[in-house]
Amino acid sequence: MRYGILLSGGSDVDFMIHGIFKYSFFGHEVWITTSHVCVLFVLLILIGFAFAANRAMKKGTEVPGGFQNVVELIVEKLDGMVDSSMGKSAPRYYNYIGSVFIFILFSNIAGLLGLRPPTADYGVTLPLALITFALIHINKWKYQKPMTIWEDMCSPLPKFIPLWVPINLISTIAVPISLSLRLFANVLSGTVMMALVYGLLKYFAVIWPAALHVYFDLFSGAIQTYVFCMLTMTYIDNEIGDGIRR
Amino acid sequence: MGEFNNAFILGCSAIGAGLAVIAGIGPGIGQGIAAGHAASAVGRNPGAKSDIRTMMLLGQAVAETTGLYGLLIAFLLLFVKPLLP
Repeated sequence: MRYGILLSGGSDVDFMIHGIFKYSFFGHEVWITTSHVCVLFVLLILIGFAFAANRAMKKGTEVPGGFQNVVELIVEKLDGMVDSSMGKSAPRYYNYIGSVFIFILFSNIAGLLGLRPPTADYGVTLPLALITFALIHINKWKYQKPMTIWEDMCSPLPKFIPLWVPINLISTIAVPISLSLRLFANVLSGTVMMALVYGLLKYFAVIWPAALHVYFDLFSGAIQTYVFCMLTMTYIDNEIGDGIRR
Repeated sequence: MGEFNNAFILGCSAIGAGLAVIAGIGPGIGQGIAAGHAASAVGRNPGAKSDIRTMMLLGQAVAETTGLYGLLIAFLLLFVKPLLP
């Protein structure tokens, strides 16, 4: 008895994460899954690119040519993006935002290489969002007085009526959840739709799915990468304020 | 829970998934409003076209989120099948 794609386990539609091998970690059963392998591939590509870029810049010339040109363009664009939204505190975040941008971008377009995009696994996007969350709160305690933080916590009411604290707490906790779910759901929906097209149309899915790849992998992936980095920078910049340490 | 067989639960899950993606109406309206306002902004100030485009895409991508939550619920109901015993 078949229920079509509803019982996706046995049918041709396949976009799930598969375990490759399991091992015991302090008594817990831990799986190495396809996402780990895909992250490894993405990281290998990025590390290879980084080494190539490093070599190109070591023997860089005054007038850039070839590969050096490409590397300088990428770095300038990324730095410009951070500059435009963080202002004075931008130089300290060039490295982090740039790395995260390149990592998420390559993860999102990994579908073009036949991999399952690592960002279509909630275990990849949640840590990214948690790093953002940690950065937000480190900067909050670094740049604001505890009294101001408490006032923000009770914000619509005066600070001696802490009636709105639970609601503000919820909105604080919602930040990493919405950040990670946005990226995850976008990439997952693209992955699922591509899997449905390839799985259900089988022999008819030749050449024209390339257009869908351009939309789901390239366009959607790039937009979501940009949104993730932009929101991270905006949240951090909000906490830094005028940049005067307390 | 012996009264419901798996086919019934799967059918109800499919109906629930269909109802969950109705959440797509909201982002559709929101993205349309954003695009309309962006169009009128370009009409008023054609010089700022690229800035407006960036801002519009950013806003639309953020507005999309609520619809994607509904889609996520639909995926969970259809493919993870949490209601099956």
